Amino acid sequence: MGKAVIDVPPKGGFSFDLYKRNAMLSKDGVQLPPFTKTGTTIVGLIFQDGVILGADTRATSGSIVCDKNCEKIHYMAPNIYCCGAGTAADTEAVTDMVSSQLQLHRYHTGRESRVVTALTYLKRHLFSYQGHVSAALVLGGVDFTGPHLHTIYPHGSTDTLPYATMGSGSLAAMAIFESKYKEGLTRDEGVQLVTEAICSGIFNDLGSGSNVDICVITKGNKEFLRNHLQPNPRTYVSPKEYSFTKKTEVLLTKITPLKEKVKVTEVGDAMEE
Amino acid sequence: MEDEQTTFLTLLSVVAIAGADYCVVAADTRMSTGYSILTRGYSKICKLADKSFMASSGFQADVKALQKHLSAKHLIYQHQHNKQMSCPAMAQLLSNTLYYKRFFPYYAFNVLGGLDNEGKGCVFTYDAVGSYERVGYSAQGSGSTLIMPFLDNQLKSPSPLLLPAVDAVTPLSEGEAIDLVKTVFASATERDIYTGDRLEIVVLNADGTRYEYMELRKD
Repeated sequence: MGKAVIDVPPKGGFSFDLYKRNAMLSKDGVQLPPFTKTGTTIVGLIFQDGVILGADTRATSGSIVCDKNCEKIHYMAPNIYCCGAGTAADTEAVTDMVSSQLQLHRYHTGRESRVVTALTYLKRHLFSYQGHVSAALVLGGVDFTGPHLHTIYPHGSTDTLPYATMGSGSLAAMAIFESKYKEGLTRDEGVQLVTEAICSGIFNDLGSGSNVDICVITKGNKEFLRNHLQPNPRTYVSPKEYSFTKKTEVLLTKITPLKEKVKVTEVGDAMEE
Repeated sequence: MEDEQTTFLTLLSVVAIAGADYCVVAADTRMSTGYSILTRGYSKICKLADKSFMASSGFQADVKALQKHLSAKHLIYQHQHNKQMSCPAMAQLLSNTLYYKRFFPYYAFNVLGGLDNEGKGCVFTYDAVGSYERVGYSAQGSGSTLIMPFLDNQLKSPSPLLLPAVDAVTPLSEGEAIDLVKTVFASATERDIYTGDRLEIVVLNADGTRYEYMELRKD
């Protein structure tokens, strides 16, 4: 029983073993590779029958777009959805984890999940990691007690609001909400307002872009409108098709056969027990 | 924000292609800082002389100062020699101007395009302190890492080990070059957040100068 080559942290979770090495390297000028962040616009609002969530679909890594059409509205429970901004891996992992915990909780209690349950799971997880899990979330859903909308910050604080925005495009989107939101919106008015807010983020914030995703949650029903609006088609497609026939030039070909290092001699029944 | 410096830069993309009797210089018109857009309609292509156009990416205040400096020098040249500066002459002037500030550089990444004395297209590409080279095509700015490999694939001549020395000029027609530039910018806009809004194309040939515009994605 030799010692394990790689030491896995005892209970999963994070290992901070390389912290000193990274600090030393960054002093010498070596930069960390950029994370895939969703420099994002995510919004939520409460209308007369429930909750509407909206998000853009661009994922960036530094200044390069790595995914033009990613999904930022994550499933938590049949009646609860969550939009995520910040580091893509963090939002995916945290929403997946809490979604599983909610399902176990549903089996345990035999009831439909409540939004405050999801909220508490998320805020406890994020607080315990002291902000290192960089996930900023907009959580919305309709349960037995009515429609709910919450924002959750990476350090673990939460707000309960009638309308909310998060991400790098949050200011652009909030400008639209603050001008046009009123209580008791109908479904169509609500979808229209959310679309406008996301579009404001898409066109005015460089970290957000591409398409608009919408999720409408009402009592007993949900509508996931993936790519509800696609206001950014490619502007120019060349009529001439570009071909990539040019390859690296072959200057010289030389074949050197390898000699055998080991001589194999067949000796009768080699492998018999 | 950790990097206060870069929030004032407008990185954008500029491209230039030289042909047998034409030159195409193109740049997008978005000026941005950090994650915000300052304006969607800013021209980065400057006419230095009848046959020389300079397009620059980087810190736009430095770019403006550089353009003023070169225009002033050009005016003096016109008074002294009674003619406009040729593109290769302007190229040398730009290089000297940049190197003069070697120890506090202009934060400008330039591409100079125009027609030389024989009417052939020429493109000169620079770094921030004045090192330059005459080439057949070039790209600078934030989209250059996306654009250059594609231009290399389409325009780069075969290895000099196989052929005799090749002209620094691309074998495309003017229409094909413009089509290539439009495709290249539409593609760079898809993946680079600093490139977009509108494309400004300047075409120089024996008949004079022509400006063309094309819409790009605004997100």
